[in-house]
Amino acid sequence: MRFDQPTAPHARPIVSVPVIMRRVLYALVPAMLCHTWYFGPGLLLNFALTAAAALLTEGLVLRLRGRPTRHALRDCSALVTAALLSFALPPFVPFWIPLIGGAIAITLAKQLYGGLGKNLFNPAMVGYVFLILSFPVQMTQWLPPRMGDLDYRPLSVGEHVRYVFTGHLPADLDVDAITRATPLDLVKEGLRAGRPFAEIRGGALFGDFGGRGWEWVANFIALGGLYLLYTGTIRWHIPTSFLSGLLVPATVLYLIDPSAFATPGFHLFSGATMLGAFFIATEPVSAAGTDRGRLIYGAGIGLLVYALRTWGAYPDGVAFSVLLMNGTVPLINRYTRPRIYGQR
Amino acid sequence: MVDYVFERHLSGGILLPANKTTSTAGPIHRGFVPSKLVLALRQHRGNAAVPVVAVGERVLKGQAVARAGAAPSAAVHAGSSGWVRAIEERPVLGGHGVQPSLCIVIETDGHDERVPAAAAPTWPTDVVEQRAAIRAGGIVGLGGAVYPTADKLATPVPCKTLIVNGAECEPYISCDDMLMRENAAEIVSGTLLLTDVLAAPRAIIAIERDKPQAMEAIEAAAQAADDTRLKLAEVPTIYPAGGEKQLVELLTGEEVPSGRYPSEFGYVCQNVGTAYAVQRLRAEREPLIARVVTVTGGGVKKPQNIEAPIGTPIAELIAQCGGYNEGVTRLIAGGSMMGYALPDDETPITKATNCIIAALADEVRTDMHEWPCIRCGDCAMVCPSRLLPQDLLVAAVSSDFASLHTLGLQDCIECGCCDVICPSQIMLTERFRVAKRSVAARERIPVKSPGQD
Repeated sequence: MRFDQPTAPHARPIVSVPVIMRRVLYALVPAMLCHTWYFGPGLLLNFALTAAAALLTEGLVLRLRGRPTRHALRDCSALVTAALLSFALPPFVPFWIPLIGGAIAITLAKQLYGGLGKNLFNPAMVGYVFLILSFPVQMTQWLPPRMGDLDYRPLSVGEHVRYVFTGHLPADLDVDAITRATPLDLVKEGLRAGRPFAEIRGGALFGDFGGRGWEWVANFIALGGLYLLYTGTIRWHIPTSFLSGLLVPATVLYLIDPSAFATPGFHLFSGATMLGAFFIATEPVSAAGTDRGRLIYGAGIGLLVYALRTWGAYPDGVAFSVLLMNGTVPLINRYTRPRIYGQR
Repeated sequence: MVDYVFERHLSGGILLPANKTTSTAGPIHRGFVPSKLVLALRQHRGNAAVPVVAVGERVLKGQAVARAGAAPSAAVHAGSSGWVRAIEERPVLGGHGVQPSLCIVIETDGHDERVPAAAAPTWPTDVVEQRAAIRAGGIVGLGGAVYPTADKLATPVPCKTLIVNGAECEPYISCDDMLMRENAAEIVSGTLLLTDVLAAPRAIIAIERDKPQAMEAIEAAAQAADDTRLKLAEVPTIYPAGGEKQLVELLTGEEVPSGRYPSEFGYVCQNVGTAYAVQRLRAEREPLIARVVTVTGGGVKKPQNIEAPIGTPIAELIAQCGGYNEGVTRLIAGGSMMGYALPDDETPITKATNCIIAALADEVRTDMHEWPCIRCGDCAMVCPSRLLPQDLLVAAVSSDFASLHTLGLQDCIECGCCDVICPSQIMLTERFRVAKRSVAARERIPVKSPGQD
């Protein structure tokens, strides 16, 4: 009898890339449902459109590069990029925004660098930054949460879908009447104008810590993050150091001057904090590779997010902070190698 | 009163399904005599043994058929009585895979007739003579490295601690576990004998936490022996806690420097099977003629531990276990992490063979597809040598020898943890083995400097 003779180890690998990617997608489902509950079908439409664009361009570029497409398209990595990008997009944008975003994320940030595992920068964030720089008007079309007691007429699903694909709105409405500034916008402008933070957050859009609705989406994203930690899909270093990097300066400055700076709680539950800490900064390809390196990398992102939110031009800073720290990864890796067993 | 040593730190490691319950269900099957024995002259590290029998000669059980060559070496003995039928090259599993190797082939006669007890010399009192007796008794390290025990006992520095390894961390293997359950007293006596030869102030028997029955048996035997030098240690159930350098780190907190041996720093590691073998040699005058082999896996009908004469053809061992099940696809000598996949079952077991796994397709890796590395770093998390396999991979693929050195390729113990944890399912260990070979090949070729003719 003859037997096959591969080399050791013979034990089966315990996990695979598609399994990891699918876990990330499952982890986002509760937040997706919560987002849809508060902000309508925008996120689901964005996800469908970015996913279509991402898969299509991935297949196309792989074909152009003469690479096999079967495993690459089934690894679900393009779907993860699409899901993260769709969370970053405003829920009320014309259809071509997610299409362009998905295509740019996959081609410019991923395939041009050599595909899965080769990208230096987080593809979803590259797509997002491309869109916010190119289409600043559409990229600020945020909606208020459907909380009932806001003085606001929400669009029906049909009206929303019609706007996305045709640009038509009901006769009594225009885009300005539908969209609202986000809590991060309001805080930034209010503080700039010298209004005390306590007064700003008395507005109708504010909840317990962050914006109404938004903070619940953040809760569900954090829940998904805990699931990723529990399954070992991500490890604690980056979320912990990211959140510490953000919360330490936020706490110190808030304690120094509570009227001129937002509360740490507001920073924690606003904007893309949770998404960034658990889903974006933890994207392994573009993150630092060593344990100590990941602590530095995460803390750097957290500090930059705080600095950009407080003193920068844009209301949120997660995308820019992640991309900036992506650029430092080779250096961080170089200087944080662990001491090898038995070497000094 | 039994003293315990508490565990220190262990880097990396991975929790694996043990797959040991089927082979530990019954006692060790003893007294098995195969129809023939194929005894390789080089079944230990170091120099080959020298034949002292001729074709056609009748040999008895326990009779030396080859004496030890120049040190390091060990003698080889007949595991049963029979006739020497050939001294020729046969394929045997050694350190470099299955290769033709000079063997003494014995056809057993079924009488299992022993060398008369009167012919055996008495156990010497002098340490040098004791080492010579161990060498003549053919005893080698039975944990898998098969380094001649007598040579390992001649340490370059005084031994601080003898570590007797009963961790047995690799999946499927249970021969040490069963031996500890059934022969704890002999293992403890053998440990104390080795302690005497080494003049070591203490000896630690280390057992993984998932072997409570073995621990209980060894505890009782240690209690009975009542020797203050003897300590026990329960080590965590994690692979590869039983690696020599890992066990030293785990028990003493000390790291053995790169490229050096524990014995250079006063630590000598011996397997529990080796301790049992030296005790058999002292008490029964029985040289190393048999060892416990775990025959297991979904591909064999009756998984069990067998005390098999050295040189038993694997096919006869499998037949003794009821034969193969339908669908067996791989035959592994050793465990599922570091074992060697055999081409067929005609090769014999050697002193190194602790386990034979007849595996079904769903027990082993058969899909060899790899995704690109996504730099998750899980390989670095499980690496017991604290290497960065993801960076080593890049260096190995691009033959970047300088980086391979700084990243510590030479410190890779080839445990396979990174392969199993890798979500991209990249065959890292094999790449590192290949890279090590090219580094070695490169070092052998003198590098010409520019301008030189």
